[in-house]
Amino acid sequence: MLAQSIIYGLAAVGLFVIGLRGALLHSSALARILAINVCGIGVFLMFVVVAWRGPDASPDPVPHALVLTGIVVAVSATALALVLARRLQELEDD
Amino acid sequence: MIALLWILLDITLAGLLLGLAWAAVATRDLQRAVVLFIALGLLVTLVWARLQAPDLALAEAAIGAGIAGALLLAALRDETRLAIEPPGSRGLPLLVINVGSFAVFVMVAWGLLHALSVSDGDRLRDVALAAVDYSGVSHPVTAVLLNFRAYDTLLELAVVFAAVLGVLALGPARPAFQSPSPLLFGITSALVPLLIITAGYLLWVGAHAPGGAFQAGATLAAAGILLRLGGYSRGGLPGSRATRWLLVIGVAVFMLVGLLVMSGEQSVLQYPDEWAGALILLIEAAATLSIAAALILAYVGGRPPGWEAAKHDDAEAAD
Repeated sequence: MLAQSIIYGLAAVGLFVIGLRGALLHSSALARILAINVCGIGVFLMFVVVAWRGPDASPDPVPHALVLTGIVVAVSATALALVLARRLQELEDD
Repeated sequence: MIALLWILLDITLAGLLLGLAWAAVATRDLQRAVVLFIALGLLVTLVWARLQAPDLALAEAAIGAGIAGALLLAALRDETRLAIEPPGSRGLPLLVINVGSFAVFVMVAWGLLHALSVSDGDRLRDVALAAVDYSGVSHPVTAVLLNFRAYDTLLELAVVFAAVLGVLALGPARPAFQSPSPLLFGITSALVPLLIITAGYLLWVGAHAPGGAFQAGATLAAAGILLRLGGYSRGGLPGSRATRWLLVIGVAVFMLVGLLVMSGEQSVLQYPDEWAGALILLIEAAATLSIAAALILAYVGGRPPGWEAAKHDDAEAAD
């Protein structure tokens, strides 16, 4: 197991846990959406670490394609969540 | 010696990643958190480049840092409470959450390191790389995305479409920003044509180099966001009927191609070998337009001005 895999793998899990903790602790919707996005970045990093085969071989393309799909879906879900949060705020203010 | 320097770089990048993430999540000021999140997205781009994932670096810079950052900044405009309350004042006590987070970290880290140390067995990588020559394109990630796992990409386009339907259903968009400064106006009129050409190039080059429909669609969406910031309240989108067509065309073309190839005794989405390259380009072009329209509408945040509402909306407004 290569040293870079360990370093980035631990960083990925750390990102996931930081995002999870932030999502559980904050009360503002925007802060929680941001924390869940940090979770998502951690998960993507985990995928890419698993796909990495070392500095000499070419990486595994299947997790790369899955993460590319994941990035686009994450942004779409974030957009919907932000519009929902704004609408909820408008309804609460009335 | 050189290897040691690379490892030092990796440790620095990983440490910066964790530090930025912690700062973005733990800060008291929401504006600062959003800006730190954009910086985190750009740093992750560097990490993708370091881990030999250039397609992901392009996509993360455009979509993950750029468009997600723009969405969060636009949402800040409507946010009234910009100061985050200190944590620990909700349900579960702080100690439980901290212990639980540490336990999750240990378990998932152990699982990941265990999975990384298992090295035998067939890998999908060898199967995929061996079949790239028959896929119609020469770049492995594009081959996986649009040929081997085409069904996943079709469903992903449907998910993006569903998210945009949700955004459109939730009400009209807020009015655009104040009238732009002459500097922004000048930059926009220079940058938007350049972005359109870059998007076309990214779409074309995806067949043999990092690029493809998602990066091209995100570049077009960036042009739309610039236009909206420059005062065009629809973000460069055409009228509501044409925009509806643009939204649908990605999923529609993909599904039509997938079903029509069945006429030659293939199964769904199994492109015939000599047509594969052309079909992939057609699907990617339609997907680029759809993704760009979807991301622009997501940034606008609702129905743009001049959108024809449904019939019962008018009836409600008349009451």
